[in-house]
Amino acid sequence: MSVLELKHITKNFGAIEAVKDVSFVLEPGEVIGLMGDNGAGKSTLVKMIAGNFRPSSGSMTMDGKEIVLHRPVEARQHGIEIVHQDLALCDNLTAAANVFLGRELMRGVGPIQVLDYKSMYRRAAEIFTELKSETRPRDLVKRMSGGQRQAVAIARTRLSNARIVLMDEPTAAISVRQVAEVLNLIRRLRDQGITVVLISHRMPDLFAVADRVIVMRRGTKVADRKIADSSPEEVTGLITGAIETV
Amino acid sequence: MSTTLSEAIDQRQQSWLSGLLGSQTFWVFIAVIVAALGLSFVTDSFATTKNLYNITRNVTFVAIIALGMTMVIITGGIDLSVGSVLCLCSMVLAVVMHAGYSIEVGIAASVATALIVGAINGVLIAYVGLPPFVVTLGMLSIARSLAMVASGNTVVFEFGPDHDKLLALGGGAWLFHIANPVIYMVVLALMTGFVLRNTKFGRYLFAIGGNERAATMTGVPVRMIKVVVYMISALSAGIAGIVETGWLGAVTTNIGTGMELQVIAAAVIGGANLAGGGGTALGAIIGAMLIEVIRNSLGLLGINAFWQGAFIGGAILFAVLFDRLANYRRSN
Repeated sequence: MSVLELKHITKNFGAIEAVKDVSFVLEPGEVIGLMGDNGAGKSTLVKMIAGNFRPSSGSMTMDGKEIVLHRPVEARQHGIEIVHQDLALCDNLTAAANVFLGRELMRGVGPIQVLDYKSMYRRAAEIFTELKSETRPRDLVKRMSGGQRQAVAIARTRLSNARIVLMDEPTAAISVRQVAEVLNLIRRLRDQGITVVLISHRMPDLFAVADRVIVMRRGTKVADRKIADSSPEEVTGLITGAIETV
Repeated sequence: MSTTLSEAIDQRQQSWLSGLLGSQTFWVFIAVIVAALGLSFVTDSFATTKNLYNITRNVTFVAIIALGMTMVIITGGIDLSVGSVLCLCSMVLAVVMHAGYSIEVGIAASVATALIVGAINGVLIAYVGLPPFVVTLGMLSIARSLAMVASGNTVVFEFGPDHDKLLALGGGAWLFHIANPVIYMVVLALMTGFVLRNTKFGRYLFAIGGNERAATMTGVPVRMIKVVVYMISALSAGIAGIVETGWLGAVTTNIGTGMELQVIAAAVIGGANLAGGGGTALGAIIGAMLIEVIRNSLGLLGINAFWQGAFIGGAILFAVLFDRLANYRRSN
């Protein structure tokens, strides 16, 4: 049973066709690498899944029912979360405050509601433990490493029980040791049955963690292969166009 | 993993002691204490009941507005119009009461004026997208001009039938001989501290100042909160205006001129970060105290009053420098 199915998705910006007739299926607990050169259409595709853009034509179905996303909030309501490249964190706040930003836990009686620090620290600590991250709820984000920041951004998606997590270049600007940390976070998500769509330029990361790779070139899907049946050389060829299509 | 869940929850990046020693508010407080002790030794006139009573009361007007200003600064904004808004609100109160209305009507009119002015600032900043500096600079000019129009640029010192009530409100000492303005300041500071620490609104102020885009993306109603924060800032100026009117017993259109500098100085000296994302209610009060002690001491030490601006300006620069140094040490 697929989580999300894209059928003949096309997106035009004026005369430019950014995405042309793309179809694929996302299975639960699967890590999908989405690859392609700059301008291949991967960002546009992800933004349509995240509710930032509406497809010009084609349809998306979730659990067999067609969904139409007008805004990112609606995607979130369907359990689709996006972890942005710049992570969208507030450096001056703690890890827990960032995890709960916009959905703070409150306590109190009637109309008098105050922030429930204790519950938020506890829940955040549970999520970090679950993700096997060493991030602590009271740590300020401004003093964190790139890997820890990723953990905070990913912890947000756990809060809402997301079913699909879209990650935009999560390993682009961090150290080697932290890359390993982030890849582990992705595996943790997968182990809990969450589908992870990973946009990355880094071939080794993708081959380390993905189950399947989808390659885009000039707006079209040129390959959809199991990682086990492919190789970095083949994927590179598909991205550049040296290999036409599979 | 070796640490348990509860250890992770309780783990802090620094102990309370190193937190205290790294806090600007703490060092400013020490400076206030040292200055006060020094002055009591050097002069006979500092530690007198009358002078201390004067100082505590003078602090309050700047401090009350600094509370509102701190909230604005936390969001990464600035409100230059507070001095003029104080004047406009004082004048509205004075003119309404002078015309024979009760103190309740006068205060309601004054508060409504403040909220309208704040809402105009907020809407222009949050929805139209104009820079806070420009909007509030414009309002600085508009509000004072309106105060002159409302009063015909005269001094108002007769406040109609509730004249005595107004003077008692600002000049009295209803609780344990503590000047009323001080009580208002303490109550407002506690409220501000509570809002900043314990409410969603307070949390969102810090989030907007830290990363406005992130706040927007996570569903924080950024624009609405910005409008409200400028309304709070104007309201704090309005409250200070009402209290100051009662204390002075007269209003001129000069009241509050240049006060925005002192208020911003109090907030910044108290640790509010002009880049946004940091500030406390206690800091605003202690910052206002330091400014007042500097002002008071210059007078008592017989230093020419023209030097006042140089000392207050120096204190602002020193506070910002301290913040920079503390950050520099942390990043190493």
